[in-house]
Amino acid sequence: MKTLTINGREVSFTDEKNLLEVIHNYGIELPTFCYHSELSTYGACRMCLVENEKKQLIAACSTPPKEGMKIKTHTDKLQKQRRVTLELLLAGHDRECTTCHKNDDCKLRKLASDMGIEEVRFSGNIKNIEVDNSSFSITRNPNKCILCGDCVRMCQEVQGVGVIGFAYRGADAAVMPAFNKLLSEVNCVGCGQCAAVCPTGAISVKSNIEEAWSAINDDSKYVVAQIAPAVRVAFGEAFGLKDGGACENLIVSALKTIGVNKVFDTCFSADLTVMEEAKELEDKIEKGLNLPLFTSCCPAWVKYVELKYPDFTKNLSTCKSPQQMFGSFVKDYYAKELGLESSDITVLSIMPCTAKKEECKRDEFKHGDHYDVDVVLTTQELIRMIREAGIMIEKLKHEPFDMPFGFSTGGGILFGSTGGVAEAALRVLDGEVKEFHAVRGFQGIKEASYDHKGKKLKIAVVSGLSNAKILMDRIRTGRSHYDFVEVMACPGGCIGGAGQPIQKNIGSREKRAKGLYDLDNKNQLCRANDNPMITKLYENWLGGVGTKKAHQHLHTQFRQRRRFESSIPLIKGSGTINIKICIGTSCYLKGAYDLYKEVDQYIKEKELTHTVNLEATFCLEKCTEGPVVEIDGELFTHTDKASVIQYIESFKETAQ
Amino acid sequence: MSDIKSLNRNFLKVNEIIEAHHSDPSELISILQEVQEEYRYLPEEILNYIAMAVHISPSKVFGVATFYENFSLAPKGKYIIRICDGTACHVRKSTELIVALRKKLGLTENKDTTDDLLFTLQTVSCIGACGLAPAIMINEEVHGKVTPEKAEMILEEIIKRERVNNEQ
Amino acid sequence: MNSNHSITDLAMSYKRKIDREKMRILVCAGTGCVSSGSLKIYEAMKKLLIEKDLYIDIDLNKEEGINVSPSGCHGFCEMGPIVMIMPQKYFYVKVKVEDAEEIVEKASRGEIVERLLYKEPGKGLIHFSYENIPFYSKQKRVVLENCGKINPENIKEYIANGGYSALSKIFELSPEEICQEVITAKLRGRGGGGFPAGEKWFQVYNQKSDIKYVVCNGDEGDPGAFMDRSIMEGDPHRVIEGMIIAGYASGARQGYIYVRAEYPLAVKRLKTAIMQARDFGILGTDILGSNFNFDIKINKGAGAFVCGEGSALTSSIEGNRGMPRTRPPRTSEKGLFGKPTVLNNVETFANVPLIILNGAHWYLKLGTENSPGTKAFALTGNINNTGLIEVPMGTTLREIIYDIGGGIPENKSFKAVQIGGPSGGCLTPEHLDTPLDFDSLDNLGAMIGSGGMVVLDEKTCMVEVARFFMNFTQKESCGKCVPCREGTKVMLNIMEKIVKGQGTIEDISLLEEVAEVVKRGSLCGLGKTAPNPVLTTLQYFRDEYMAHVKYHMCPAGQCEAFKKYRIEDSACKGCGKCAKVCPTGAISGELKKAFMINTESCIKCGACVTACPFNAIKEEA
Repeated sequence: MKTLTINGREVSFTDEKNLLEVIHNYGIELPTFCYHSELSTYGACRMCLVENEKKQLIAACSTPPKEGMKIKTHTDKLQKQRRVTLELLLAGHDRECTTCHKNDDCKLRKLASDMGIEEVRFSGNIKNIEVDNSSFSITRNPNKCILCGDCVRMCQEVQGVGVIGFAYRGADAAVMPAFNKLLSEVNCVGCGQCAAVCPTGAISVKSNIEEAWSAINDDSKYVVAQIAPAVRVAFGEAFGLKDGGACENLIVSALKTIGVNKVFDTCFSADLTVMEEAKELEDKIEKGLNLPLFTSCCPAWVKYVELKYPDFTKNLSTCKSPQQMFGSFVKDYYAKELGLESSDITVLSIMPCTAKKEECKRDEFKHGDHYDVDVVLTTQELIRMIREAGIMIEKLKHEPFDMPFGFSTGGGILFGSTGGVAEAALRVLDGEVKEFHAVRGFQGIKEASYDHKGKKLKIAVVSGLSNAKILMDRIRTGRSHYDFVEVMACPGGCIGGAGQPIQKNIGSREKRAKGLYDLDNKNQLCRANDNPMITKLYENWLGGVGTKKAHQHLHTQFRQRRRFESSIPLIKGSGTINIKICIGTSCYLKGAYDLYKEVDQYIKEKELTHTVNLEATFCLEKCTEGPVVEIDGELFTHTDKASVIQYIESFKETAQ
Repeated sequence: MSDIKSLNRNFLKVNEIIEAHHSDPSELISILQEVQEEYRYLPEEILNYIAMAVHISPSKVFGVATFYENFSLAPKGKYIIRICDGTACHVRKSTELIVALRKKLGLTENKDTTDDLLFTLQTVSCIGACGLAPAIMINEEVHGKVTPEKAEMILEEIIKRERVNNEQ
Repeated sequence: MNSNHSITDLAMSYKRKIDREKMRILVCAGTGCVSSGSLKIYEAMKKLLIEKDLYIDIDLNKEEGINVSPSGCHGFCEMGPIVMIMPQKYFYVKVKVEDAEEIVEKASRGEIVERLLYKEPGKGLIHFSYENIPFYSKQKRVVLENCGKINPENIKEYIANGGYSALSKIFELSPEEICQEVITAKLRGRGGGGFPAGEKWFQVYNQKSDIKYVVCNGDEGDPGAFMDRSIMEGDPHRVIEGMIIAGYASGARQGYIYVRAEYPLAVKRLKTAIMQARDFGILGTDILGSNFNFDIKINKGAGAFVCGEGSALTSSIEGNRGMPRTRPPRTSEKGLFGKPTVLNNVETFANVPLIILNGAHWYLKLGTENSPGTKAFALTGNINNTGLIEVPMGTTLREIIYDIGGGIPENKSFKAVQIGGPSGGCLTPEHLDTPLDFDSLDNLGAMIGSGGMVVLDEKTCMVEVARFFMNFTQKESCGKCVPCREGTKVMLNIMEKIVKGQGTIEDISLLEEVAEVVKRGSLCGLGKTAPNPVLTTLQYFRDEYMAHVKYHMCPAGQCEAFKKYRIEDSACKGCGKCAKVCPTGAISGELKKAFMINTESCIKCGACVTACPFNAIKEEA
């Protein structure tokens, strides 16, 4: 045990990474905007400065603790330093706090009030940049950005997406997507983790509260709500209830009080998902086709595959996510039970997740003007609605979920935590064992293997997309083989979703997970196939697991997505023949560039430069079948020099 | 006509550049410098292409391209005039040069490139020719002890030369 | 080359060849003189010598003759193009192409072209030998020894002048011994901080890592500094030699030189030098038969001052935005690509061969006790002799400004010298006799920085100078940490207010408050030192600030906002020329009577002053 001195008192420490953590463990919370234990140390906000023996100010976040160090945390010099630094930040900050999404959760506002900043003496630096509302999941307001870079590091280091970054420098420095494009125009997967770490209102979760209110207040609408598993174990944090304690019955009561007609449990549809997915896995193993099977409950992960690993979209489970299955059976089946048109029903989801907001708007889930799921609210939005409605949580009665879709097994509940989907599926496949400990816990990549019908079933469980990237690269290069891979985009799974209340400390994720496992333990039933309500649904509606009807309602198709809209003009002729060669990643790796060189040479040799328009484009959405070439609007896959030339020749002939 | 040829040649060149740097992300700055020499600026599509070819995100490439002063995302003139506004030149009235050249080329603080893409006018903090203050640099050539009249003469010569080249 | 002795052999043989030169005409090919047309002079002379069959160079097997060679910078750029005749040491200044024939003609007869010799201003003294010119006689050119004397594009000349003989010595010693020698010599980094170079090397040597790097910082971005440029252009091999020695001493195999993009000639010369060194077995594998491998790569900067900061520079070499990172870990532990890295600037490396060759004890005799050696300074601003100089550490400002620099032009009085660029501070007449070294400057709140020295006369407004530097650092802030990004912006706003005449006394205390916060709290050296120009001018010239905010006047009469133009009735003949040129119509009057300026609409452009044939318009501060 080593010791150092903080404000004149000896403090012991062990293996803390830096002074900031030592000081935190000692019981002093130094202000910081840019330090997150899960991200790399950035050291830019300069708020966690402490004074050393030489009276120098050093940043606690980036100083390793040393035996015998003597530091002070609140000298006059430091107080003044922090206050002026904060004042400098405030000078450039859009200070419309009352109308800000982050309001009570804003670190900047909280510190300003804690430090008693009463006046900002510097003026004239507030920007007026347009707010980016283009994403379904998050809103970006650069006027509130303090450039701490937390979002950038989160997006890059933890999520491996890297869609936002720093641009320009000095006073012009800003966080933005490449070329200052809108979030909807770039490869954002909507996981919202950037918003979860943003200390101010610069990146916040897109709010759909208004739509929720208007559906509830519309008498012609029958509002059916679903509550995702992870929501119930985080909800209480906002009201000072026990961390990780399950509050589903309070939430049901609150929603009913607000005016929702029926409140069901997404865990029920999770059970349904497990039924379909386990069947799909067994089929695929039997046929040895498109393995590993990837889970598809997490929409951020699904989009990540579509964008970055288009050649693996066929490996994604065709099962809709529990949220979307819920939407399907409510609109396609339950509506009839109620004697309503599906358009009379509003499906309201309460989710821990921001990507669910985008998922429900996918084209696959749109029927005419209607969507299977109409409005998605995050846990945080629900909390805000409850506060807005003035509901006093302590006076609420505990109410059970409505039936028939309010009953679930322990397996469905586990969906809220990393490893949960895999465990629920294994329970169905195995039929005997209940607990699968190898897939539990917060490790980024977990591996396990189980005997199944005489075969070894190899499983991987991943959370955090940068871990998914590591795994995918291993799979792609053939270094690893799995049969089943569960991926949740957010670290720790849905309990760590960006729609959850801001995590007060590192421990809150563990407590939420424990809450889910406690619920599972209390549940008499642990296997989805033991859920009588599920059995009934199959009997009454679908006719069995994996049937044609089940596929029609509970399954979907994923596609490869175009990543860039732009193209590079190479030859500008009259445009009699228009050729586009895809040079996007997949095609590039399959030799599209060499193909381009050959075609280019051919065009020159045959003196076609006046007639041909040649462009290089970034994606023609047939990534698995590259190199892809588009000639006069028609797509050709698996092309080579000979085939392209043949096409050109035939087009030339028809043109003549 | 030159357009058609150059588009193609440029793209081939971009690929040569990337290959010469082994698609190595740590060579990004050199790649961007060489590509900029080809196009005289960094077109968005090409930056996306580079990002893909060296396996980094477009936002990172954009971040690097906007951090350094010498990179430009808008087309630059064939001749880049850098007026030194370092201490020594500033003391010796480089501001007058800036005013005179802007006037001569019809440029302003916010418009730094002529419409015919012949000239781009920039100020730089020091070109290290302090002994010859005030100094300007046209592409890689340094001119010392420049007066507004001398600067105009230099530009006239370039314009004349370009005109002759174009006629040929 | 296989043996350690071969460098000595080569040196002797090249020396013998050079001795066949009856005479050498050196034409300065530094950036300064090139821009004044020196290369044309060189070409002309070479052509003439060849025509006359007099030309000889190091490779020509000729009995004797005259060599003409481009050389590195002589430092006296103001007088360029410079041509020097060796061994007579004739020093011709402001040479034109038309002079080439006469120079060659007379040189071949051993005569002198008197009209081209340097004349001391004021005194009219003509100096035949450059050594007698005060600009040079008071200098001690050790690191710059070769600059201006050898052809920087020919490795043989470097070798003939003792180059790479330090390198050939090191392999007999252990890396620890080399580190120790440099530690004993107390060589301190010339880039600013003055950290002992040998200790840095030893730290890297002690790191356990397969890969280590040597990085040479040639990103000399301080406005008003060009020492490193001159060394890279004028004696590139010296830098390379220093880097190889550092590589051997620290255990690194790969070196990088990061050069500003604004220095194309330096890049070209370094590239040539590296190629030649590889051809000579001095770079690459098995250097001089020693089994030691080392090579060097050049990285061209892309225009960011902050990249002169160590961690920003390594970040830039790695292909990232040049943003400094927090320390620890130090560069010597985790530097370039996360590996232990020796990072020194150009001038520091250029000192190394001398120390190894002549020994630490020789080096300790130069300069002061704790700052041995010499320092190159770029002398610019309001001074008669601008240029590049090298003096022993501990030389006083008075010697530099008055003896070497020839004093202030137009007999104006000396007000201050801004030293160390935007990170440095200013020194005033009271510091004229302070010996300059790392520690004395640090005590005065200034710093050597990379060695830019801008001399300012009585007509310079110190508030405006501080604003100028503030504007510079604000523009060059990388934007990472809050104090620097936001603080410099606020400071610049206040400075602009003050020079525009809108400042208040409260602004000055606010300025000081923010300056302290920026200085104490910033992440990297750029931010920590950014307030220095403001703080030192506030310390020494507070009254000028007060005059601006309290009495709304600029004592130096320089700030436009406080200028007033007035037409002197007695001198005005009423010609009306002033009214015609006035862009705002602020001048009115009747012809043949005295005109008037309406100070409200006057924009102080000064057009009328130039237009008036009678000098009737006066500028008042």
